[in-house]
Amino acid sequence: MAETSTMPAFLVPGDSEPVIRLADARKTYKTGSIEYEALRGIDLTIRAGEYVAVVGPSGSGKSTIMNILGCLDTLTSGSYLLAGDNVEDLDEIDLADIRNKRIGFVFQQFHLLPSLSAWRNVELPMMYAGVHKDERRERAVAALERVGLGDRIDNKPGQLSGGQQQRVAVARALVTEPTMILADEPTGNLDSHSTEEVLGLFDELHASGRTIVLITHEHEVAARSRRIVHVRDGLIQSEEVLA
Amino acid sequence: MNWMETARTSWFAIMSHKMRSALTVLGILIGIAAVILTVGLGLGTQKDVSSQISSLGSNLLIVSPGSSTSSSGVRGGFGTGSTLTEADATALASKVNAPDIAGVDAEKSSSEELTAGSTNWTTSVVGVTPSYLKVRSRTLATGTFITAQQQADEASVVVLGSETAQELFGSSNVVGQNVTIDSQTFEVVGVLASSGSNSTSNLDDTALVPLSTMAANLVGGSQANSVSTVYLQATSADALPAAYQEAKSILLTRHDISSTDDADFTISSQDSLVSTATSVYKTLTILLTGIAALSLLVGGIGVMNIMLVSVSERTREIGLRKALGAPPGAIRNQFLVEAGTLGLTGGVVGAALGIVAALVLPGLIGSSIEVSGLAIGLSLVVSIGIGIIFGVYPATRAARLAPIDALRTE
Repeated sequence: MAETSTMPAFLVPGDSEPVIRLADARKTYKTGSIEYEALRGIDLTIRAGEYVAVVGPSGSGKSTIMNILGCLDTLTSGSYLLAGDNVEDLDEIDLADIRNKRIGFVFQQFHLLPSLSAWRNVELPMMYAGVHKDERRERAVAALERVGLGDRIDNKPGQLSGGQQQRVAVARALVTEPTMILADEPTGNLDSHSTEEVLGLFDELHASGRTIVLITHEHEVAARSRRIVHVRDGLIQSEEVLA
Repeated sequence: MNWMETARTSWFAIMSHKMRSALTVLGILIGIAAVILTVGLGLGTQKDVSSQISSLGSNLLIVSPGSSTSSSGVRGGFGTGSTLTEADATALASKVNAPDIAGVDAEKSSSEELTAGSTNWTTSVVGVTPSYLKVRSRTLATGTFITAQQQADEASVVVLGSETAQELFGSSNVVGQNVTIDSQTFEVVGVLASSGSNSTSNLDDTALVPLSTMAANLVGGSQANSVSTVYLQATSADALPAAYQEAKSILLTRHDISSTDDADFTISSQDSLVSTATSVYKTLTILLTGIAALSLLVGGIGVMNIMLVSVSERTREIGLRKALGAPPGAIRNQFLVEAGTLGLTGGVVGAALGIVAALVLPGLIGSSIEVSGLAIGLSLVVSIGIGIIFGVYPATRAARLAPIDALRTE
């Protein structure tokens, strides 16, 4: 079923380096004596500047792919190269560092800290990166302006609409200049207007050269990407490249 | 993430649950205040007792009849016998046999009713010798003290304590007035300067008469020649041990007793009184401090409880912070600093409360409370320590949470 392990050369935007290279990726979960194979040999390459959607029904393994790509979980077997570095065999501290520098997360539930203002939320990853205080504020404000919330920097999440909250989360994902933005059902909790707001933002980010990986089960959302990877039963079923 | 930022993050977390944080702090606060107060009360009482005992006089040895040892058979209890006599006191005053004893004051006391005009007042009437003032380190406010001549004459003269004079005459300027004791008239020749009270008696509420008069006219019968206490003043503090030995050998010889174990008298020094009293109060202080420390332990468990609640309540926050790149150490430190801050806040407020109570309470309960800097410093260290120790488990739990599981928690 898995047709491609390498991308045909003509589909690759420019001559960019592979950002992600999963080879024969397998993940087995154990609950007591029951073993469950979530990933059964995934080969996937994503290059810099690509906008890829991973699509599949629930239970297909797409959340596991998201966790693996996001360095939130490790493979049982196979290899995962992120920007040329092997992510396997890393300890928790190194994984935290990679998440901090390489990956910008956007979650379905936004995951903003309700007690912090918008810019304080955006500042968080820079705190763990050891960026200086003054620079953090400057960059956080710039990232919020980038997502069109320059006038909302002091608002707390509770004072923002769903779409605005998700844009704050996108600003937070952008602010560390990560290798890729990893979005897990980013529009799952949004109405159609807000969905359009966030997807429009992704379009802009893609146009400016960002690498975006979108995990979703909605085809309309996936259709906004340039390449769709269909996952089913822990395997890549098919891929389609959009114009 | 440096410590300043960790501290700020922890502070935000504490302030976002004000009520809960305040209650947690309260547990530590009560414990710390209790420890400071009980230690202070113990130290203060010890100091009071020492100063009361030294107010008896300086370089003093106190000879009491009876024995406090129970080495053989049945013995008269300490202070209850009537084996000391005026003659013993006279022998102890010998410059030849007891060169290290500078002064001797034999005393015999009895509670009597004093009458002046229509006013009466019951107080302790003490028969004393002329060396009383010197040996007991007292001074006169007005008048003269009992002279050797009055002592020899069994004169009916009396020296009043300042409070007794006040009670009887409403004034301390009473030299020359008459006082009736046991239907005999005594002339007031002097009034003692105020000296305060000690643990057992009010030193300003007393009436002093010549010991000879006391023996002849006030306390008759078989008790006439016995005295209740003999106070010896050593020539200096260094001479106390020598004075003690001299007094002991003189009395043993006079009482015809060969073994020290059979002695029918007891000689104690201020030091031994102080150390006896101090050890009693020390035991009490340790007991009370132990109870206070227990409440501190309960406070610490409260911190642990709240931190565990806080960890499970903030599972998603922890997961998010980890996803954003927080290493386990940063998460652990955040919770440790939070617990330590709760502990320290409790410590500071508790210490402040303890100090205020130490200033206010002595006026209400009448015993002094000595707050030592050491106790305050130590309790602050302990309070942070308790916060951190009881915070370690919750903080470690937070640091170990897997980010995916943490993020999924609803």
